Amino acid sequence: MIKKKLFQCVLFSFLFIEKVFSAESGGMPQLNPEFWISQIFWLTLTFGILYVVLSKLILPKISANLESRKSQISDNIEAADKQREESEAKLREYEEIVSKSKIEAKKIFDQAREKALKDIGQKIEVLDKQIDEEIKKVEDEINLLRKEAPAKINKIAIETASELTQKLIGAEVNNSSISAIVDDLSKRSGDKYYGN
Amino acid sequence: MAANPMTQFEVYRIGPEIKIGAFDISFTNSSLFMVVSTLAILIIFNLGSKKNSLLPNKLQLLSELSYTFVSKMISDTAGSKARPYFAFIFSLFMFVLFCNMFGMIPYTFTVTSHIIVTFVLAAFIFIGVTIVGFIKHGFGYLKLFVPSGVPVVLLPLIVIIEIISYLSRPVSLSVRLFANMMAGHTMMKVFGGFVISLGIVGGWLPLSFSVALTGLEILVAFLQAYVFAILTCIYLNDALNLHH
Repeated sequence: MIKKKLFQCVLFSFLFIEKVFSAESGGMPQLNPEFWISQIFWLTLTFGILYVVLSKLILPKISANLESRKSQISDNIEAADKQREESEAKLREYEEIVSKSKIEAKKIFDQAREKALKDIGQKIEVLDKQIDEEIKKVEDEINLLRKEAPAKINKIAIETASELTQKLIGAEVNNSSISAIVDDLSKRSGDKYYGN
Repeated sequence: MAANPMTQFEVYRIGPEIKIGAFDISFTNSSLFMVVSTLAILIIFNLGSKKNSLLPNKLQLLSELSYTFVSKMISDTAGSKARPYFAFIFSLFMFVLFCNMFGMIPYTFTVTSHIIVTFVLAAFIFIGVTIVGFIKHGFGYLKLFVPSGVPVVLLPLIVIIEIISYLSRPVSLSVRLFANMMAGHTMMKVFGGFVISLGIVGGWLPLSFSVALTGLEILVAFLQAYVFAILTCIYLNDALNLHH
């Protein structure tokens, strides 16, 4: 019985919950339906206006702003990348030029050196040849002189010998005999005197 | 006791009584703060989107951060298919947030502390999401109530539970926001009343509580707007992607 009464009470209070609350002072004003329609109306109106203006005017603009900023930044990054690549290429080119010119300089230097060496070699050769020629000439002269020398010496020896005999013994000696003696002597000991 | 803590939620008419047929659509303090919130949102975001400079000023930064925040929230919870509903969820989040935040100013009225307002929003979301689900999947949308991998014996029970939980979505969504706002404001009012009644001697303790509660309530105001928007995203995700 008590249970039933309690249940009825609960049911009753649920059914008339708004009346219960709004009737009491200090109940929930939220459950007073007096201005519900008004609130629904104004909510629909304000939220509708908000939605329309935001979706048609403002949000597209913000989205466009964000997009344009993003694209601007990515463009700038791209440009910076491009410039960096360009400068790297320039640097490579420059290094290539430097290394090429280094190689060229070395080549030129080598060529000059080779040429100079060649020149020097040629000059040495020419000079050697000249010197050899001179030496040969002089040797020829010496040889000639040497060859002629015994005859001259013989002659001198003959003359000297004839004069000596003349002075010593006062007798004229036949030149041909003296020359025969000298020849004989020189033939026998010519090696000793002339080294031939 | 200086004032009943519930009087702050009272709606009263501002200006004349306006009636369309039998319906009273008079301009009230509730309407006033709806209009104020809407205007504040529109002005801030209009100013924030007017100039497009590479280095944004404060308002532009604010509007762009809000944009990316909501955009990220939607793409995280509902995926790329929810893109067409971005403007709606953005408006919803901003409207609830601004109504909550304006309610934090003393002597103002908190629009979202009224069950009828939050319920209309939640019912609209519920109906909209259901329509979207049926348009996208036809009667296949009813598969939402039949989770895969459930034993056949349990299926009738599970389906009933799923249907009840689906139907209770607008209720839970609206009551969550409304109850949070109402409870917070009531509590602040109660502590404010304690400050008065305890006077200069003992009033410092409830005053410090009041200060702390104000911070908490600002957090709650943001959090509830966020929860409201993210739950809408989750419902939308169910309707769009239908994986249960």
